[in-house]
Amino acid sequence: MRIAAKGLIDRTKPVTFTFDGKSYSGFRGDTLASALMANGVRLVGRSFKYHRPRGILTAGPEEPNAMVEVLDGASQSPNTRATVQEIYDGLAAQSQNRWPSLRYDLLSVNDLAAPFLSAGFYYKTFMWPRAFWEGIYEPLIRRAAGLGRLKPQNETASYEKAFAFCDLLVIGSGPAGLMAALTAARAGADVILAEQDSVMGGRLLSDDGTLGMPWVDATLAELRALPNVRLMARTTVVGAYDQGTYAALERVGLHLPAAPHLPRECFWRIVAGQSILATGALERPIAFDNNDRPGIMLASAALTYLNRFGVVPGQKVTLFANNDHARQAVRQLMAAGVQVAAILDSRADASTVEDCPVYLSAAVTDTQGRHGLTEISGTHADGAFKIDTDCLLMSGGWNPLVNIACHQNARPIWREDIAAFVPHSGMVPGLTAAGAANGAFSTHAALREGADAAVAALTDLGRTATAPDLPQAEDAPYRLQPLWAVPGKGRAWLDFANDVTVKDVKLAAQEGYTSVEHMKRYTTQGMAPDQGKNSNVSALAVLADATGRGIAETGTTTFRAPFTPVSIGAMGAGGQGAGFAPQRYMTSDQASRDRGAPMIEAGLWYRPSYFPKPGETTWRQSCDREVLMVRSAVGVADVSTLGKIDIQGPDAARFLDFVYTNTFSTLPVGRVRYGLMLREDGFVLDDGTTARLGDTHYLMTTTTAAAGQVMRHLDFVHQAYCADWQVRFISVTESWAQFAVAGPMAKMLLNALLDQRIDDFPFMTYGEVSVEGVKARLFRISFSGEEGYEIAVPTAYGEALFRDLLAKAETLGGGAYGMEALNVMRIEKGFITHAEIHGRITAFDIGMAKMVASKKDCIGKAASQRPGLMGPDREQLVGLRPVTKTEIGAGAHLFNLGDKVERVNDQGYVTSVCWSPTMESYLGLAFLKDGRARHGQRVRLVDHMRKTDVLCEVTDPVFLDPEGAKLRA
Amino acid sequence: MRLTCPLCGTRDRREFYYSGSEDYLNRPAEGAPIEAWDDMLHLRTNPAGVTKDLWYHETGCGSWLLVTRNTVTHAVLATELVAARKGGAA
Repeated sequence: MRIAAKGLIDRTKPVTFTFDGKSYSGFRGDTLASALMANGVRLVGRSFKYHRPRGILTAGPEEPNAMVEVLDGASQSPNTRATVQEIYDGLAAQSQNRWPSLRYDLLSVNDLAAPFLSAGFYYKTFMWPRAFWEGIYEPLIRRAAGLGRLKPQNETASYEKAFAFCDLLVIGSGPAGLMAALTAARAGADVILAEQDSVMGGRLLSDDGTLGMPWVDATLAELRALPNVRLMARTTVVGAYDQGTYAALERVGLHLPAAPHLPRECFWRIVAGQSILATGALERPIAFDNNDRPGIMLASAALTYLNRFGVVPGQKVTLFANNDHARQAVRQLMAAGVQVAAILDSRADASTVEDCPVYLSAAVTDTQGRHGLTEISGTHADGAFKIDTDCLLMSGGWNPLVNIACHQNARPIWREDIAAFVPHSGMVPGLTAAGAANGAFSTHAALREGADAAVAALTDLGRTATAPDLPQAEDAPYRLQPLWAVPGKGRAWLDFANDVTVKDVKLAAQEGYTSVEHMKRYTTQGMAPDQGKNSNVSALAVLADATGRGIAETGTTTFRAPFTPVSIGAMGAGGQGAGFAPQRYMTSDQASRDRGAPMIEAGLWYRPSYFPKPGETTWRQSCDREVLMVRSAVGVADVSTLGKIDIQGPDAARFLDFVYTNTFSTLPVGRVRYGLMLREDGFVLDDGTTARLGDTHYLMTTTTAAAGQVMRHLDFVHQAYCADWQVRFISVTESWAQFAVAGPMAKMLLNALLDQRIDDFPFMTYGEVSVEGVKARLFRISFSGEEGYEIAVPTAYGEALFRDLLAKAETLGGGAYGMEALNVMRIEKGFITHAEIHGRITAFDIGMAKMVASKKDCIGKAASQRPGLMGPDREQLVGLRPVTKTEIGAGAHLFNLGDKVERVNDQGYVTSVCWSPTMESYLGLAFLKDGRARHGQRVRLVDHMRKTDVLCEVTDPVFLDPEGAKLRA
Repeated sequence: MRLTCPLCGTRDRREFYYSGSEDYLNRPAEGAPIEAWDDMLHLRTNPAGVTKDLWYHETGCGSWLLVTRNTVTHAVLATELVAARKGGAA
């Protein structure tokens, strides 16, 4: 029910929303919970296990009961806390975990079956028979499990991620946080103040005390005016990580109607020099029988609804508490005109001076009201009582919110005087707790600790700060007598969200789960969306009692990030679809797409797969034509994706000799050589060609796949082993566009295009040429087995050159060829790629043992000569040719004829296959035990995936032109 | 996690590539017994406490760093350039 003249809502801005299809109105500034409460809605959800009717327990992100599904355009956000969700025009929310409706929920029969559903129910019930595990029990459990529902479709809403840096991160904007931010801001520090709520002020917004909104407003105005302060509302710091890194989740669009380009949330990584934990404290419930009915809520929550939202939670209110502080709630409710039936104080020695009846030594032992509280009963100093009441406020004291301080596995310490866990210094380096989060519960103490913590943090950062004068604020002592659970025969809830009762915890202890971590897992206490924020301390107090240990000795479970639930969409912001990995495009990209080429990913690059001609309906038709075109005329392919590393310096030659197995210091200027590179453990890292451009200048090419890896390797070898050598290198991959021109008419094509003819340009030479005045590099190398050249121009000229090359090639009966044809031709020639050099292959395996020069040291040389890396037991590179024209596949395994097809008989495996239009046969490259000695023999190729079993002949891996006559033509 | 590159300053862990133990820096001389190579390539201690390992500032300056850190507290105690070490010649 709304009352006049209270609250920070904007009563000039009415907002209409729906809950379970019914339309309601509230005001801007309302949460869904406060708006529902203002409309007299008490029943908002059903509990997880027993499907008990539930209302609103809290007024913050710790809410365990009032969780709803928000329908937002295409998506549906389950387990949205009604106490956090702000209302906006058109908000559509619905209750969850009920069927067919919230009031009549069929699964509430679980509540009647409660005696059978106690702790460990699943472990005890679904044990036998074993045959039922998968077929019957699992579907049954899965159907009943879970709270909210997602829509089974891809997330289409947008999320963002962002990084921020600051001197001081203040987490929470209550009295401690505001004071800390003010102190640091005035000292000139770069401050971020993060607040999970939509409005800054924390508990001060709920308080009608001496220090109210005027001070909050003035402080925020000053902070807003300072350029060195960033105020981040709706931003929950969810985790503390190493070196001052914090994760935070900002609700950007969740409080607004969906709009284009408005992200729902932003996931922040904030790096702070120092940080202050001013997250405050959470009031804790008391466990008594049937303490979960709608209408039973925390005393502090009622205070928030009253002062923040102008809403009262009931007509006739009762308080059950074990401390002085909770009485503020009823005093302020009475001042607002609400009838208070009684204060039931569990203590024997508390004051009885209030404007309503006060009963000491009181205990609530039961409650009534199916869909909402109507009556409570119990005992107090004068005997048994029954009170008609529609709202019972409870307060079992306060738990400092220590979570963030514990994220690096440090444990909080138990303070007997306040019966609560508090953080201590050094739990997270650079993080200091202040105010209620540190167990300092009065407003005055919070202000003082906030100021002191900021001064200390700035001192650590080498800055000077002085604490401002503190405003007058209440400094009442916090008096409480611990009360965790009222003894009773029924069910007294500890964990509302997961339906865990005092009985369950006691049963766990009785059955031997006496460690708090075991109890948690056995009962599922603390494992619901609220992660035990409302129940952890009470549950372990009950466990301590049941096991006869102290609370400090019993200890807490592990606090883990995130502090509140974080949607996966926010954590993966930007990483969906095309954002999953960077995309690299060659200069010929558009020209290839213009010709209808399907693009395939090669590492991060996009390369044309083939160039379909009219009438071609399969990739094979295009590929076969392109292969025959290159072999008979000329083909052009963009090979810019290969890594290019420019290496210069007097020691460049010496350096190449060290990283390659073979020798490059002897390479004449203007010549190109194939090089093989090993890892230090003796296995092949990469291969490629390197040209000597000048006396102290080389250009290395790497494979596309290993370009980054080779660069990293060269940097390591240089910096770790020969930093004093005069050699420098840099990747120039993206500076040059490079095109392969291959085929018997390659030279004719180039001569038609180059500014000067290249009549004498032998195999493995390099030279400078020019195309229409643009300087270009020409290499006579071949990956196709044909007479081949690669011409490189600065990237800016890449597309133009590619289009020119194609136009000229087409007049010669040639054209572009794609990755498929390129792959077929290299298999025909037995050239390896990373399909073959996959990390377990030695130079010996690929028949290049002789390339490891004996006269010099090189990376990987010593290890490559280890026992076991050479010899007939090794699987060696061979060619395979099916005896009949049968399709074969890569990944198939090889077996000797007559051997059983079993792992122990495995002779090797196939790495690459193709249909060769040149040889009119399927061809394969494979690694076969002692393969080089077995040319001419037959093996069985067995492919369980494709269900083929093909007889193949073992051949030399070079199928075409083994003498290289065409290559050198 | 953040590392301080001596050339670029303090940067997010995502800019770095982790390589492994500092043992890779101690490359045996040519002709060293196979055991020396085995030590360098394969044998590692797994300390709970201070350890030294190699990181590459891959999306930064391309420097290899020798990082001294504590595997228990996650504190980064020192970072230095591999190239600036003494006795790094092959």
